[in-house]
Amino acid sequence: MADNAVKKIATREAYGSALAEFGGNDRIIVLDADLSKSTKTDTFKKKYPERFFNMGIAEGNMMAVAAGLATCGKIVFASSFAIFAAERACEQIRNSICYPRLNVKIGATHAGISVGEDGASHQAVEDIGIMRSMPNMTVICPADAVETRHAVKAAIEYEGPVYLRLGRLAIPVIYDEATYKFEWGKGITVSDGSDVAIIATGLMVHEAIAAKDLLAKEGISARVIDIHTIKPIDQEIIIKAAEETGAIVTAEEHNMYGGLGSAVCEVVCQNYPVPVKIVAIRDRFGKSGKPAPLMKEYGLTAENIVEKAKEAIKMKKK
Amino acid sequence: MLEKEKLKQFRIVATKIRKHIIEEVYHAASGHPGGSLSCTDILTVLYFHEMRVDPKNPNWPDRDRFVLSKGHCAPALYATLAERGFFPVEELVKFRSIESYLQGHPSMKDVPGVDMSTGSLGQGISASVGMALAGKIDNKDYRVYALLGDGELQEGQVWEALMSAAHYKLDNLTAFLDYNGLQIDGKITEVMSPEPVVEKFKAFGWNVIIIDGHDYEQIINAINTAKKTKGMPTMVVAKTTKGKGVSFMENQAGWHGSPPNKEQRDQAIAELDAYLAKLEVE
Repeated sequence: MADNAVKKIATREAYGSALAEFGGNDRIIVLDADLSKSTKTDTFKKKYPERFFNMGIAEGNMMAVAAGLATCGKIVFASSFAIFAAERACEQIRNSICYPRLNVKIGATHAGISVGEDGASHQAVEDIGIMRSMPNMTVICPADAVETRHAVKAAIEYEGPVYLRLGRLAIPVIYDEATYKFEWGKGITVSDGSDVAIIATGLMVHEAIAAKDLLAKEGISARVIDIHTIKPIDQEIIIKAAEETGAIVTAEEHNMYGGLGSAVCEVVCQNYPVPVKIVAIRDRFGKSGKPAPLMKEYGLTAENIVEKAKEAIKMKKK
Repeated sequence: MLEKEKLKQFRIVATKIRKHIIEEVYHAASGHPGGSLSCTDILTVLYFHEMRVDPKNPNWPDRDRFVLSKGHCAPALYATLAERGFFPVEELVKFRSIESYLQGHPSMKDVPGVDMSTGSLGQGISASVGMALAGKIDNKDYRVYALLGDGELQEGQVWEALMSAAHYKLDNLTAFLDYNGLQIDGKITEVMSPEPVVEKFKAFGWNVIIIDGHDYEQIINAINTAKKTKGMPTMVVAKTTKGKGVSFMENQAGWHGSPPNKEQRDQAIAELDAYLAKLEVE
């Protein structure tokens, strides 16, 4: 873990910085739908104004324009809030980007309920499931600012559609830039353990680490795995966790259907069945409020992970 | 004035394309003949007169681009591309079959010469905006052409695309409206009127040219005017006849998405062959 574990940066912030940092490549074009100050693409815009285009509040058009740019050799980042990118422009992403497998990266910020005060209309809790089900799409949900920086770099180098799921809320930086290594489609074992494996994505990785510490106090050894690339998912690290720990808990800031929990179950059930418990939103919409109390109300805390971990362990002993 | 010989060549090519369209839809026993026949003359001028393309190098970066935003008229695009030499005309009768790369709607990854995958209405025009924008960014002199259906104007995304093309002053983009007045459920003005279209295009910041979409000279002149128009994209409102060239299909909404049976196919081919024979002796 990094020494600067208390430092908090939103992944959207890291996204904007990374676009500016790696934006020197002339092929990179950034589009936004009137939210550049919130998605942080304005950081890129300030450095490379000639390659930034505001498409106005018209996300469907933006996605298909991005596709057209990509047919001409551009590496296009198209940004909006996750709800408007993955959901309002869902079919444009499907037919104009994924079907022809064009080189468009969707920088979807403000995912999940940690958006906070804006409430349910602005809190995408279905986007992982939707994006994951599209052929040719890659889905990445970074756990912190360091991982986001590397994910953006990897997305630039990768040829094809990518959905980057990012957050509004400033979250703890858990990785050390000096030692961090991003591998496309590979999970990261954040800490080893033998009684149960906590497989998390996005800001829930930090909660997973806290849960691991709480479990340790009770003599339970928990492995923590960060799945930044939800699709294609790292089957190897999941199967190995199932074999070596015999019980799994997943954690995500997403609805209980179609997200990381579902993806992990698909791998576990078909390869090495062990009990899996899913920490996710229990099939309901979000609401307005401060992020921390919302996460508590929706059952997305370290304590919730601890509880589910114990249940999973109990199931394996049957 | 167009030379007589050139006019004759356009008519011959367009008639061959119309025959292919009938054969494609007949063999597939599905597909969209009406709108394919109405846009045939525009495609003929684009691919056999205007566009800078190389059938041997379909992905040539400096080529002119064409996006069939009304993707269901793939039979017309495929027939045009095949006649132009992008792939063998023998492939056309396999349209929509499992062993063919000729998908029901255009797929850029499958068909040589198709510049954008389309089929979901409203999206192709946006993609053409992206291509035109890329041309501006790169200082390239290629031009981008798009073909819209008039029923397609009911998709809100079309207007988002038109707004963005005017905003970025994409004078390298020319769109054609295949204004045949009919959609699946009937007259466009009865289903959901997009009128007044000319005033709307103008209000959205486009240069508008109204032509007869079956008159080759008018199509050529419109393209030339568009090329000379600076600072704004051009919309060519092309008045057309749905089912053009096949007597019993003309102006019938029922031929939007229905294939001909054997007898109807024979009659259509006979009519087009008779016209071809007449052209040859002219």
